[in-house]
Amino acid sequence: MSDISYREINANGFWHNNPGLVQLLGLCPLLAISGTVVNALGLGLATTLTLVASNVTVSLIRHWVRPEIRIPVFVLIIASVVTAIELAMNAFFHELYLILGIFIPLIVTNCAIIGRAEAFASKQPIPKALADGLAMGLGFTCVLVALGALREAVGHGTLLADAHLMFGEAARGFGLTLFEEYRGFLLALLPPGAFIALGLLIALKNIIDARLQKRQPAHAAVPVEAAV
Amino acid sequence: MHFRTQTSPHMTPAHNVGQVMRRVLYALVPGTLAMAWYFGWGVLINVALAVVLAVGLEALMLVLRRRPVIPTLSDYSAVVTGWLFALALPPLTPWWVTLVGVGFAIVVAKHLYGGLGYNPFNPAMVGYVVVLLSFPREMTLWLPPMPLSEVSFGPMQALAAIFLGQLPPGLTWDAITTATPLDLMKTELGRNLTITEIRDNPLFGDFSGKGWEWIGNWFLLGGIALLFMRVITWHIPVAVLGGLAVTAGLFWIVDPDAYASPAFHVFSGAAILGAFFIATDPVSASTTPMGRILYGLGIGVLIYVIRTWGNYPDAVAFAVLLMNMAAPTIDHYTRPRVFGQKPPRRENGGTP
Repeated sequence: MSDISYREINANGFWHNNPGLVQLLGLCPLLAISGTVVNALGLGLATTLTLVASNVTVSLIRHWVRPEIRIPVFVLIIASVVTAIELAMNAFFHELYLILGIFIPLIVTNCAIIGRAEAFASKQPIPKALADGLAMGLGFTCVLVALGALREAVGHGTLLADAHLMFGEAARGFGLTLFEEYRGFLLALLPPGAFIALGLLIALKNIIDARLQKRQPAHAAVPVEAAV
Repeated sequence: MHFRTQTSPHMTPAHNVGQVMRRVLYALVPGTLAMAWYFGWGVLINVALAVVLAVGLEALMLVLRRRPVIPTLSDYSAVVTGWLFALALPPLTPWWVTLVGVGFAIVVAKHLYGGLGYNPFNPAMVGYVVVLLSFPREMTLWLPPMPLSEVSFGPMQALAAIFLGQLPPGLTWDAITTATPLDLMKTELGRNLTITEIRDNPLFGDFSGKGWEWIGNWFLLGGIALLFMRVITWHIPVAVLGGLAVTAGLFWIVDPDAYASPAFHVFSGAAILGAFFIATDPVSASTTPMGRILYGLGIGVLIYVIRTWGNYPDAVAFAVLLMNMAAPTIDHYTRPRVFGQKPPRRENGGTP
């Protein structure tokens, strides 16, 4: 396990072991906050930052924490990181902070974070723990943004509306209106829409995986036949 | 004289799926015609559109799933789904609402779960709930029933309203639409009026909404025909209407000015249509005799609860879907005793 390469870490975070699509961890923020792209991006980046900071800290102290008390220690670390991030967002992205509301402090309860601390960071050197936090966090962010884009496009008919909440006043014009006079499709914005959209994304990933797997033996079969 | 002896079964039941579904369709005709009589051509156009879309989407899904198309289409189940869905719609619903609803009914609720026989939820009701949640404005465009309406829509005008969103000159949606009796009852009760005052409104007829009570009667006729054709058993309809009437009756006896009468509840909205045609869906309903009674009672009580204290005026779709969810559990606990066997003992074995 300790000789896992950076390539594998990235592949796991973004695809094979993606926290949103495969591990199905952190569903609560994933489903509650993915109504628009900007909300999704904000929460995804906050989660990524938390993951990186907590992974590095956990990896740093991995030789001194006794296994009996590791879980409370992890929780303490994650809680302090999240508190710091919450205060920082309140200061620098106040409007976004108001929209995301309770879901920023709730990053504490995101199982993906303590899962990575327990399964990966507590057994790995610091650089790899950092890379893992980054890969997992960005993988989670990708899923969140994809879900947010899907729901925003279907529900409101727009993309990147209210981008100034995230990128400052200059980004006010980023918003795209995909359909003129779109009446809105309320279901996509309600919780059932989030579940349906996530289901569709997972189905899409499974289709791609199945396709890849089907292609795999075909490639492998060629040299065998040649050898015969 | 030659007597032919024949082995059992001596009375062959009808029954392949196509035959059952065709009989359901025949039984739907009187109620549908009554609805068209009171609400105009739009009802028939909705039904035709929904049926065409349902059959088309079913064919598409069958091709995508590489299943035989013609044998499955000829079981008429998609026709029934489309038809039932259309009956839940207001008469001049825009075509894209029908498209979205039928799409969810056939593609998501039916085929993504594995097709006919595997769907845990009633497809028509899933489609209806999706459009009801998604397009609240379009789903309240009810016209006043025929004796009250001042404008009558010819077939061409109804087509224009449904497909182009155009009304005849000089009319607006606000001018021609009105609340349904259930809607009116709910808002007026919310304004603390008494039932006696509310019933002075011309929308109300003898015991329920004008027009609605007769539509209910014609659906009742079709439902009774289904009972005689043995397509359905009596358990579910009786339990649904009984559960609704008894619950409504209890509250009505306590305070007849604040709670509408049982007759009003039974004959308004989709209660009768739901009891005979929707709750009895053989796939998603409970299948044991005792289970069917519990399932129906649950639907009846839930209809009353959601109508009275919920956010929506009618509740048949929500009640049916909620009890669909409970049906496997109900079936598990109401398995009938196998003939010649002792009643099954508790699984955990030990007696307390």
